[in-house]
Amino acid sequence: MKTRLMTSAAILSMVIGSANATELEVTHWWTSAGEAAALKVFADAFAKTGNTWVDAAIGGGGGAAVPAIVSRIAGGNPMGATVMVHGRQAEELVQAGLMRDLTELAEKEGWKDVVRPATLLDSCTFEGKIYCVPTNIHSQQWMWISIPVFEKAGVPVPKNWNEFVAAAPALEAAGIIPIAFGPDGFQSYLTFNTIIASVGGPDLYTKIYGDRDMDVIRGSEVAKLFAAMADFRRLSAQSRVGNWNEASNQLITGVAAAQIMGDWAQAEFATAGLAAGTDYDCLPGLGLNAIVNTGGNAFYFPVLEDAAASDAQLALASVMINPEVQVGFNLAKGSLPVRGDVKVETTNLCMQKGLDILATGTIIPAVEQYITPDTLASLRDLAARFFADASMTPEAAQEEYAAILEMAQ
Amino acid sequence: MSQRQRRRSLSVALAATPVIIKALVVTVGFTAWTVFYSFTNSGLLPRETFVGLAQYRRLWSTHKWHVAIENLAIYGACVMVLSLVIGFVLAALMDQKIRGEGVFRTIFLYPFALSFIVTGLAWQWILNPEMGLQASVRSWGWESFVFEPLFDADIVIYGIVAAGLWQGSGLIMVIMLAGLRGIDPDIWKATRIEGIPAWKVYLNVILPMMRPTIVTATVLTGVGIVKMYDLVVAMTDGGPGGASEVPAKYVVDAMFASQNLGQAFAASTMMLLTVAIILIPWAYLQYAEKRNARR
Repeated sequence: MKTRLMTSAAILSMVIGSANATELEVTHWWTSAGEAAALKVFADAFAKTGNTWVDAAIGGGGGAAVPAIVSRIAGGNPMGATVMVHGRQAEELVQAGLMRDLTELAEKEGWKDVVRPATLLDSCTFEGKIYCVPTNIHSQQWMWISIPVFEKAGVPVPKNWNEFVAAAPALEAAGIIPIAFGPDGFQSYLTFNTIIASVGGPDLYTKIYGDRDMDVIRGSEVAKLFAAMADFRRLSAQSRVGNWNEASNQLITGVAAAQIMGDWAQAEFATAGLAAGTDYDCLPGLGLNAIVNTGGNAFYFPVLEDAAASDAQLALASVMINPEVQVGFNLAKGSLPVRGDVKVETTNLCMQKGLDILATGTIIPAVEQYITPDTLASLRDLAARFFADASMTPEAAQEEYAAILEMAQ
Repeated sequence: MSQRQRRRSLSVALAATPVIIKALVVTVGFTAWTVFYSFTNSGLLPRETFVGLAQYRRLWSTHKWHVAIENLAIYGACVMVLSLVIGFVLAALMDQKIRGEGVFRTIFLYPFALSFIVTGLAWQWILNPEMGLQASVRSWGWESFVFEPLFDADIVIYGIVAAGLWQGSGLIMVIMLAGLRGIDPDIWKATRIEGIPAWKVYLNVILPMMRPTIVTATVLTGVGIVKMYDLVVAMTDGGPGGASEVPAKYVVDAMFASQNLGQAFAASTMMLLTVAIILIPWAYLQYAEKRNARR
């Protein structure tokens, strides 16, 4: 079948002529309006190189799409390019030799000198070779606060997590739910890691995930983090929503006072017509530590047999990291560009806070860059259980947390 | 054996070959493959690095797996007993030569035409405190009524049982009804002459006579229980906090989310073992009985 396809492709190219566009199938799960607009920036720029972007969106979010993408590559039916979560998700595919080595292009274009922070490219690197193109930075460690709700309750708007916990009784007395939260796996895990990184600070975070220092993980400093999570659980118990955007909506409607969610939550507030600084405030790193992580997405290029398509892959990789394309793409996506040498014009107070933190260099790698999907899934289960089950003590959760990290590869 | 017979048996053998190959390769072969790789540390892709029983040790020390097994036991016991009882009672009621039987039969069987995904979604809405049953009862005047099983880790599995029963009981009813219709009417006449009350006849005469029907219904329900996955995914996705996990979901999660084939295979091997432990003595009993009957 494959040879027949290749023969017909060869005949076709003979008939039409070699200067014709090569089609490259790109799989992704970005289906919302903003995401589609962002991809169009890539597709248009790719078209200018004389190739054609064949869009292959997979519905149902990353959780549903990644297995489909992985099984296509592993099953011998690779696409031209695909988005993945930046980190160790594609590690085994790289190990098995199914992913294209981009080192040559990266050296020619000097990616090492422009990609900022450098950890983004490190996560694409396996045994000294580069296998993916980082495209955007999303950060998770944000707390969003409704300013009118605090005014209504007669409490000053808190400047950090500790002030917020202290203000919570006054909020509850005014009939306001302190924290909007739905106890699903996604929100639980995001909150879990945000508290570890923000309350714990970058040093402790590195000791936990980077060094896996078991004495620290079982120690009293980490115990404080789990106590903070227990506070969070208590203050969010009345929220009872489903998805994270329903939780954001509780802020918009004034039912709840705060939410811990990634920077993409801003899109919800913007859609509702709220303005940063007057309607809502934001605390990156929960106001305790000026940190953001550098998670995000990266594009991978599976090994293809067709020579023309392989050339087109390099053209696409080059386009994605092009300075102008980076700006256009990230403006539409609402994320930050991966290049240090480009400027994004933005007036939004909260986005500026994020850019400032990126510039001053207090940046932590996402957990996904340290641990395998296997460990991640176990941590996710633990987080979901802890936030849903009020009878689970912080001590028990810490012990289980330590056991998972001890077993991790 | 005449020539014609021989030719016929050859064509029978030819026709059966694909089925035999399918059974050997797909069922036995792939099962063996799965068990084999459950002793390795295969991640996203299978690899032959043997780790002994490590995957099983990890499986049985994982809280999520214990919850999954417990949930399957609760779901299995409830659905098995209740769907058979409800199915039989509905069928017995239907068998009273009521008017509009076809209409009722359709109504009861209708949920079975829906997939588990649709069933799960519908019941998620029904049990949603903001817009489902709780909201309705409150709007009728009972303001303090609290009913939110999908948010309560202790009873969430019973919410799923309710949805499973709603979906599956109709089919059991139809099977039972077919069994009831197969009973010789003379038996009813005889019992009526004897003056035995109807419920006693059902319990002591009809039920034992419907044995093959009940076996069919039991097997169908049992298979549905073991492979239970989509209903949970649609209704709760394992929540709240993993309180409604089931073994099949554990396998799929391990395979795709954790990218850990070894762990997934260990879990599916345990599922197979559980089914075998229940099924083998039962099959043996059936077989032994048949042999006795022939003697």
